[in-house]
Amino acid sequence: MDRDIELRVDREAHAVRVDTRTTLLDLLRDRLGNMSPKKGCDHGQCGACTVLVDGRRTLSCLLLAAQASDCEVTTAAGLAPGGEPHPVQQAFLDHDGYQCGYCTPGQICSGVGVLDEAARDEPSHVTEDLTARVALDREELKERMSGNLCRCGAHPGIIDALEEAARQ
Amino acid sequence: MTELSQPADRRASIGTAEPRHDGPAKVTGSAPYAFEHPAADPAYGHLVTSAVARGRITALHTDAARALPGVLAVLSHLAAPALADTSDAEFAVLQSDEVAFRGQIVALVVAEDAETAREAARLVGVEYEESTARTVLDPESDALYCPESVNGGHRSDTRDAAVEGLLSAADHLLDATYRTPMQHQAAMEPHTTTALWQENRGHPSLTLYDSTQNPHGVRRTLATVLGLPADAIRCVAHYVGGGFGSKGLPHANVVAAALAARAVPGRTVRLPLTRQQTFTLGGHRTPTVQRVRLGADEGGRIRAISHEAWEHTSRIKEFAEQTAAISRMMYTAEHRTTAHRLLPLDVPVPTWMRAPGEAPGSYALEVAVDELAELVGVDPIELRVRNEPPHDPETGKPWSSRRLVDCLREGAEWFGWDPHHAPRLRREGRWRVGHGVAAATYPGLYIPGTKAEIERLGDGRYAVRTGAVDLGTGAWTVLAQIAADALDCPLDRIALELGDTRLPRASVAGGSTGTACWGSAIVGAARAFRAEHGSDPRTGARTLAGPEEHPEREQYAIHSFGAHFVEVRIDADTGEVRVPRMRSVFSAGRIINPVTARSQFVGAMIMGVSAALHEENAVGHGGALATHDLAGYHVASHADVGDLRARWLEETDPAYTPIGARGIGEIGIVGAAAAVANATYDATGLRIRQLPLTPDHFLP
Repeated sequence: MDRDIELRVDREAHAVRVDTRTTLLDLLRDRLGNMSPKKGCDHGQCGACTVLVDGRRTLSCLLLAAQASDCEVTTAAGLAPGGEPHPVQQAFLDHDGYQCGYCTPGQICSGVGVLDEAARDEPSHVTEDLTARVALDREELKERMSGNLCRCGAHPGIIDALEEAARQ
Repeated sequence: MTELSQPADRRASIGTAEPRHDGPAKVTGSAPYAFEHPAADPAYGHLVTSAVARGRITALHTDAARALPGVLAVLSHLAAPALADTSDAEFAVLQSDEVAFRGQIVALVVAEDAETAREAARLVGVEYEESTARTVLDPESDALYCPESVNGGHRSDTRDAAVEGLLSAADHLLDATYRTPMQHQAAMEPHTTTALWQENRGHPSLTLYDSTQNPHGVRRTLATVLGLPADAIRCVAHYVGGGFGSKGLPHANVVAAALAARAVPGRTVRLPLTRQQTFTLGGHRTPTVQRVRLGADEGGRIRAISHEAWEHTSRIKEFAEQTAAISRMMYTAEHRTTAHRLLPLDVPVPTWMRAPGEAPGSYALEVAVDELAELVGVDPIELRVRNEPPHDPETGKPWSSRRLVDCLREGAEWFGWDPHHAPRLRREGRWRVGHGVAAATYPGLYIPGTKAEIERLGDGRYAVRTGAVDLGTGAWTVLAQIAADALDCPLDRIALELGDTRLPRASVAGGSTGTACWGSAIVGAARAFRAEHGSDPRTGARTLAGPEEHPEREQYAIHSFGAHFVEVRIDADTGEVRVPRMRSVFSAGRIINPVTARSQFVGAMIMGVSAALHEENAVGHGGALATHDLAGYHVASHADVGDLRARWLEETDPAYTPIGARGIGEIGIVGAAAAVANATYDATGLRIRQLPLTPDHFLP
């Protein structure tokens, strides 16, 4: 069964007919040729496919494309318009927060989402004082980023990068 | 040959903290991995895998799949081209009705889109005549055998008749058995191939964009299996999303991709493994059972070592992890025995996983040394110092460099090590706290055969070409640094080309050999280029060469060393083990790039801690894996990773290669799990002799 949807991806409008079984991740990669989000597990277990949907970090392998109708989708590619890296991307470069690079676009989209969640004082499992402003220390960042797996062991560099981005 | 000289008139590139050259492409996601190479109107493949561990396919129903709109081909052993060479059973894809493990490829669908391919694969019905499968490693089994050799070309056994007598007469005898579980590489990018088969006047050609650590190796294997000349196959791997050994050798999925592409000539086919399929088809590390016996005199000097390993292999293809080989060189002892016994089982094919042999072997040996230190009554660092071999006990060759004691001493100071030889059972609030130490080592392997080409380009830069591949190790950056110094030019004059069989042949990105072997070829090519074309070459001047002769290498035993120091905290109520702090010091020759090197060391340490605390799989009696996804097979996540840091000794090893760098990709995992285990003993007094160190071992 197919369905017509409209959505914006990295500020570009698309009108596409999609198989209702198609995930947002497969729409981006197989249909729109946007290979920035990666497929690591297709089951929401690794985080490599993380994109921002209307500004919120989202596992694009767990969202049907049809559900993303009328949404604004931002991938790691869209965070760097004209090749100018986003501050979070620059921090990853500065702290070697990646090795193979396969989890990296997802880590970066997730990190951008985390900064935004903290700015809105959304608490996490490790937030001690639920009435205070959220401060993104390393424990907060590690907790909030744990849905994004990395097998190269770039974790310290990733958290260093996000600590720096959070300070800015 | 002399060591690569440092240019006097400008700053050398080697040794500088150069950021990764592939960084901008990776942080935006634009670096193309195997699935992602552009193709006009690609088709998609999906595998059907066996649901039994051993048996025969008695019926295969493909009508429903074929009837699905959008399905282009359904292949099975009843409808697949015969392969030219099926001597390696792992690659004999769809060639017979026999099933040798659960998860084996039994059919393959090609369709217009991924959704249709997956649905069609689901519609393929397979009936089996099931046989009794054996899937569990039993060290008492009468089917165990001694392999002719173990991985790396080592002898399976080394025997010394004096060992048993010395062990029984020893002042201190440690005799313990250790177990490690089946583990998986779990690289973030699932094994994937994008394949294009073309026919040109009866001459087929095959292009593969593959997630591989060895493009030339894939080409070689596929040429044999498919019966094609090697130059009819091109394999490209510009970016690979991690490998950790699982992509070092080709696996059945690449053959399947070639068959899929052959079914739709002229049409590109993308065939990614699902994450679940990577657990069976992508490889694993064998479980091991290891008995270690150390016989020491009153002063703790080891007189005899016995290290025996039992492990599994698949019934269709042997892989013999060289688990006990580490005990041939690590500590002094006049007499030693090492042995490997394999049990062939109806399990998926095991293969390389980061530091094959050394990783599980060091776990057993380095916990055993900790246990011996307690028996002798000395600090485990001091025990290691007393057992430093003056030369390689196995070969009698002098060490090119053996600075284990320097690593131990520097690490002890950095970590704040308090000498002790019995568990201190410290408690801070809800946490039991312990410290542990273990040594690390990895051999300086050398794989010959890499060649590199240098060409002067019109814009004044130098193209540097070799078929090597960067899995995330930093090769895109460090090989450019080596080339810049070898050509005595600024780094921005180097235009590096990697990851393509159209480039000169390169050895596998494995065994921590890449920088040394590829780098030596680049140095050799650069020197030949300068000898041929001088310092001001014309545009288009070009030289192809390999490494220069380096006979010193054969005169020495070449190994890297390291020391890990770990603090653990164990929740007194739940038994949860945390590793809040780890300090490791390495002696690995010259460090080409401190940025990428640190990430390699720390990344491997994290994988070692992950193995210590989390990672475990098992094959059930029906052949099914206990877990085959990243929810069940837990690898360290951000919240699991404490403050882990690495340092290295400033040194160079010109005996190994003119670059002076030994490999760094694997040593960080070696001994890491032992250091964690030894720390849990200090905290609790419980000597757990198996991995992983899950909470149930430490419940009150």
